[in-house]
Amino acid sequence: MIKSLLVIQQGLPYMLQGAVVNVIVVLSAMLFGFMLGLPLAVGQVYGNRFLRRIIGIYVWFFRGIPLLVFLFLFYFGLFTWLDINVSAFMVATMVLGLISSAYQSQILRGAISSLSQGQMKAARALGMSDTKAIVFIILPQAFRLSIPGWTNEYAILLKDSAVTYALGVTELMSRAHHIASRTYEHLAIYLAAGFIFLIFTYIGTKALNILHKKVTIPGCSQ
Amino acid sequence: MIMDELLYIQNDVMPALMKGTWISVLLIVPSAIFGVCMGVLSATARVYGHRVVKFAGDTYVLLFRGFPLLIQLYIWYFGLPRMGIYLSPYWASVVTFSLCSGAYQSEYIRGALLSIKQGQLAGARAIGFTQLQTVVHVVLPQALRRALPGCGNEIIYLIKYSSLAYMVTCIELTGQGKILASASFKYVEVFSIVGAVYLLLVSMATWILNSLEKRFAIPGFEQHQA
Amino acid sequence: MKTDTEPILEINHVTKSFGTNTILHDVSLSIKKGEIKVIIGPSGGGKSTFLQTVNFLVMPDKGSITLAGNRVNPSDKRELCTHRRQVGMIFQDFNLFDHLTALANVEIGMIKVLGMKKKAATERAMAELDRVGLKDQANQYPAQLSGGQKQRVSIARALAMDPRVMLLDEPTSALDPELIGEVQSVIRDLGKGGMTMIMATHQIGFARSLADEIIFMEKGRIVEQGSPDELLAQGAATRTRDFCARIAEIGGE
Repeated sequence: MIKSLLVIQQGLPYMLQGAVVNVIVVLSAMLFGFMLGLPLAVGQVYGNRFLRRIIGIYVWFFRGIPLLVFLFLFYFGLFTWLDINVSAFMVATMVLGLISSAYQSQILRGAISSLSQGQMKAARALGMSDTKAIVFIILPQAFRLSIPGWTNEYAILLKDSAVTYALGVTELMSRAHHIASRTYEHLAIYLAAGFIFLIFTYIGTKALNILHKKVTIPGCSQ
Repeated sequence: MIMDELLYIQNDVMPALMKGTWISVLLIVPSAIFGVCMGVLSATARVYGHRVVKFAGDTYVLLFRGFPLLIQLYIWYFGLPRMGIYLSPYWASVVTFSLCSGAYQSEYIRGALLSIKQGQLAGARAIGFTQLQTVVHVVLPQALRRALPGCGNEIIYLIKYSSLAYMVTCIELTGQGKILASASFKYVEVFSIVGAVYLLLVSMATWILNSLEKRFAIPGFEQHQA
Repeated sequence: MKTDTEPILEINHVTKSFGTNTILHDVSLSIKKGEIKVIIGPSGGGKSTFLQTVNFLVMPDKGSITLAGNRVNPSDKRELCTHRRQVGMIFQDFNLFDHLTALANVEIGMIKVLGMKKKAATERAMAELDRVGLKDQANQYPAQLSGGQKQRVSIARALAMDPRVMLLDEPTSALDPELIGEVQSVIRDLGKGGMTMIMATHQIGFARSLADEIIFMEKGRIVEQGSPDELLAQGAATRTRDFCARIAEIGGE
């Protein structure tokens, strides 16, 4: 027991540094996923049948295959095959981002669809082009409605980011494994790592909740 | 060249992946069933239970939803032997998946239980139902319908997360893929097929769950998925 | 400047179907500058669809719209936006932008569509809010306003674009009875100020006192049209009068 605590104490800074790597991977992936997910969502709501179908297939594809399979496919497969040299960190971020883009597109799509048709009509009636209406009227409202979804997405991605250990990204999980296999304190170390994930999930969730409160407009939330 | 490729896929890849898929199914099905059971039990405890039971339920859900699945897997597989409990890779995976999935199911079922209006319980009491009869004939039929979309979603997640069993050397679909690809260096080919199998499994499950939802649909119980 | 005899807006032979359901059968209407035309008729008779075809929120299958002598080609995006800018629209359910304050709701069209500077837009928006009696509510969000206040903001939003014509689609139908008066008086003031308007409404008394011409629309067709006195006079054997008598019985107006 005492020995376990000692190992945790000694390993803590090393593991916390790892957790920071997780957070960086997740935030980059969320940003990447947002940049892809936004046009997907807009396309799925306002696009023609053909475009909607294509986006539907994209979402089905990235939501239907496990993260671990994508990681192997991209890291050992695609990039080696194309003879492109990328770090495990990059691949991990990219894969998480691609998967997240599918989920984020659905968060945003839900938010956009939940707005009343009248908002678009009124914007058009003022003489706004559809692009202007989407940028100035629809999206500012949809983003606000999406924050709870993003909070959830952050928590999911953070936990999923532990899987990137399979590629050798030196994040929290891999560091925990490293310490555990040297000290044979598997139980204690993995429990500690679990709690660190829990704490970082809590911090991120809290931050997004504060953001949510800050940008909330009366009558503009669910 | 292409002939070799096709022969390799036909003779080596397909049989191994079939075997792997079978193991995956053997992981997913019991985990899904145990998961739903855990979810129903813990949700009932959290909604209707005594304070202590409620607290236990809440803690269970907090921890098993809060820890990454991979960490839970490692705790059961690598951590427990330290306490003298040894689980095979297969059983460690099933236990992990069931408990983690149960924590997520618990949230959906709890939400569904809470959504049942007081008037429904009053109505049941008014026609002389006992508490048990109320639960069996009124609460559960409504709650399960409300929970079905969320629980179904969770099972879809379970199918994908079952791939993590490979990380504790339970050689299921992803594991078979990894072994094949490491030997032949044909990662793109092998993992494209592996991915396709998962897509198939997920799509099949989605289809079944959607039909279930339709089958049990009642006007007024249309659920907007979160 | 057009002469008074020339119509500012002409709607020619507009037809619209949704699937096999024909909502508008060959409807034509023209209105001169400063005129007020009020459309009445049973719900589902095509009033709202008709008004929405005028600024192409609903694309007519056949027919044309001519504004100030210029026939609008709705497939030209730029021409479409210009046309809509010049036609103000008031919706039954207000459709204020929920994420913007009353002031910003009025400003946004001027800034994003007319390209006005923020400062000038604010000044004009305040003037419009003042005109509808809501200067002191400028910083409230739509959810913080009453229905009547929302509708007045939406009128200010339309006025700020300097429309040549205003379309009002049952502007008081979604309001609680005690709030109808404040919106009606704003609309009345607009009429006195010479605004050209086409309004759909169920408020017969209001229609009668405001309209230069009443148009009775049923099943997607204009059945009768004429001055309020012609159509609504005691003993006039018109469909319009029958209809009004019926809703007066029910609504007790």
